[in-house]
Amino acid sequence: MRRITASWIRDLVAQLCLKANFTLRGDVITQLKSAYIREKGKRTKDILAAIMDNSAIARRENLAICQDTGMPCVFIEIGQEVIIKGDLKKAVNKGIEDGYKKGCLRSSVVRDPLLRGKPVYGPAVIHIDIVRGDKLKIIVLPKGFGCENKSRLRMFNPTIEINAIKEFIIETVKMAGPEACPPYIIGVGIGGTADYATFLAKKALLKKIANSPLRKLSNPIKKLEQELMAEINKLNIGPMGLGGKSTVIGVNIETYPTHIAGLPVAVNISCHALRSATGII
Amino acid sequence: MKRINTLLIEKQLGGLKAGDEVLLSGIVYTARDQAHKRLAEAIKKRSSLPIDLKGAFIYYCGPTATPRGKVIGSCGPTTSFRMDEFTPVLLKVGLRGMIGKGRRSKEVCRQIKKYKAVYFLTYAGCGALLSKYVVKAEPIAYKELGPEAVYKLEVKDFPLIVGVDSQGRSVYD
Ligand code: SF4
Repeated sequence: MRRITASWIRDLVAQLCLKANFTLRGDVITQLKSAYIREKGKRTKDILAAIMDNSAIARRENLAICQDTGMPCVFIEIGQEVIIKGDLKKAVNKGIEDGYKKGCLRSSVVRDPLLRGKPVYGPAVIHIDIVRGDKLKIIVLPKGFGCENKSRLRMFNPTIEINAIKEFIIETVKMAGPEACPPYIIGVGIGGTADYATFLAKKALLKKIANSPLRKLSNPIKKLEQELMAEINKLNIGPMGLGGKSTVIGVNIETYPTHIAGLPVAVNISCHALRSATGII
Repeated sequence: MKRINTLLIEKQLGGLKAGDEVLLSGIVYTARDQAHKRLAEAIKKRSSLPIDLKGAFIYYCGPTATPRGKVIGSCGPTTSFRMDEFTPVLLKVGLRGMIGKGRRSKEVCRQIKKYKAVYFLTYAGCGALLSKYVVKAEPIAYKELGPEAVYKLEVKDFPLIVGVDSQGRSVYD
């Protein structure tokens, strides 16, 4: 067994909050750059240039990429040979508080969803998984609510055609329109149960965005991702919703076995400020 | 690019068309959901307002805390349509400029036309970049709301795109 002290977890979470909020993910920057090259219109190019400038300023000056530093979502994989000394969830939430305070990140969470009140830093939404090994992996994803508000879930019949699923996903992006800060990255969860599909949709956003030419793909899920990307990019929503070919810069799908009687599909949209940072103890 | 100033808005807003790009200088007040709710309630009750809305500009924004040595933290726009239910009341008492991101309701577009106001968009998700156009910032009302407090900002050449012009035409139509 390997012992891990809660205070290490607290420190790592604090660091990851800063990293995620100041440094835009490399794969997102790569996709923004290719969108910039692809687009022809001056205004569209200007907007994409502003988004890239923004991430450079944020990184250089330790400023939040976006003022909405989100509801912190924390994904933890605990190796089954690990013993944690101390209180894990408390350590995570303390780490969030340390990181957010240090980085001048915004307190955007209200303790009571109905009574609201003065915003604070946490608690985070924490997802815990037990895996093999003696390591502990933490991913921090600050999720802004401009885009989180556009999430959708539908429980399809098991006999549904794949085209209807595609339409549902495309319609979700259409409904988000210009509001959720396009260009978007779309997370899709297919299968499991209602709750699990929405979890998968969020988890899909953690995967590296990899766009490859359609014809080279044999994996049906990867193919579906690229088909969706091509179709959504015909919607002409574009950066800031002012038109263009880059409505989405990535579509990531996660799947899971499901029941014979159903087919849950969930969509979680991320704005271009898709921020996540990973650390391992 | 056209430059406009919040002091001269009554003269300048009429000449702007949906889609125009402009640079704004002058004073704007931040206000988002809770501040809008409070302002609208105060107007309905005819109680005094913490800011003078006559000819005012409101920026839908809740900035991060201010890092040491900076004027303001990250300060981009939030989604405008959540303010739609409160906007007509604010326009009635003099609000003339709004800055945010995304679409507005049909009703808000009609009211914008009625009061000859303008709704602007700014770079969404670019709070670090936009902080460079703020020269002064101070919280002046509802401070207990934290990031949802009303801040008085002095901006210089703040980049905007006209979202809904004073004829009620939207760049998204
Ligand atoms: S949707 Fe994303 S980029 Fe837009 S304001 Fe929210 S967190 Fe920022």
